[in-house]
Amino acid sequence: MLHTVNKSPFDKNSLENCLRFARKGHSILLFEDGIYGALKGTRFETLIAEGLKSSTIYVLVPDLEARGMRMDNVIDGVKATDYAGFVDLSAENKTVQAWL
Amino acid sequence: MEDEVIKKFLYVNRKAPYGTIYALESLEVVLIGAAFDQDVSLAFIDDGVYQLKKNQQTSVSSGIGVKDFSKTYRALEGYDVEKLYVDKKSMEERGLSEDDFLVDVQVFDEAQMAELMEQQDVVLSF
Repeated sequence: MLHTVNKSPFDKNSLENCLRFARKGHSILLFEDGIYGALKGTRFETLIAEGLKSSTIYVLVPDLEARGMRMDNVIDGVKATDYAGFVDLSAENKTVQAWL
Repeated sequence: MEDEVIKKFLYVNRKAPYGTIYALESLEVVLIGAAFDQDVSLAFIDDGVYQLKKNQQTSVSSGIGVKDFSKTYRALEGYDVEKLYVDKKSMEERGLSEDDFLVDVQVFDEAQMAELMEQQDVVLSF
C-alpha cells in the first residue's frame, strides 16, 4: 500500500496520522509541502526515523528543490524519487491512501 | 501630496511557498503597499519562514515548473521594504538558521514580535 502526504507536518497532522496507520512493508511518499517532514533537524526527525524501521519512505525531489532543499538536507534512509517514480509507486501498489 | 497619510502595515506570513498561493499573494500585496509609500514590515512565522529559504529551484525542465518568486524578496529593498522579521522559535524548530535565508532579516522572540504587532495601524495575515 502507498500512503501520500502533501502537507507540512507543522501545519497539519497528516504525517503523524499517516505514520500511525502505516503498516510494515508499506510505502510512504512525501511531496509538495509534505517534503518538510523529510528534513533533518526538525522536531519531526525522530518520528520519521521510527517510521523508517517498518516503512519505505520516499521524497519527491522536484518539490524538495523548489523549496530550496536538496537530498543532503533529507534524513538518512529516506529515498529520492521523481515524477516517473511517483507513477511507478502508484501503479505498483494496489491501493493509495492520500493523507490530505 | 501634502496631506499624505502614511500608515504602518505589517504583513504576517505563516504559509510555506508553492503548496498554497498565500505566499505569492502576500508578496503581491506587499509590493502594492510599498508603491503607495506606506511604512511596510514583514513578519515570517510558522511555515512562513520557509518562504525565505535560499536556493529555491523551480525550473520547468527538472523542477515543479512554476515561477520562483523567492527572488522578489531580494528586490524588496528597491521598494524601501527593508523591515523583515523572523520568529525565532519557528526558525529553530525547523532546523534553520539565519544563514539559510536569501535576505537579511531580524530574528525576533515572542515579546519583540508582539510589540511589533501592537505598533501597527494595519495587520494583514497570509
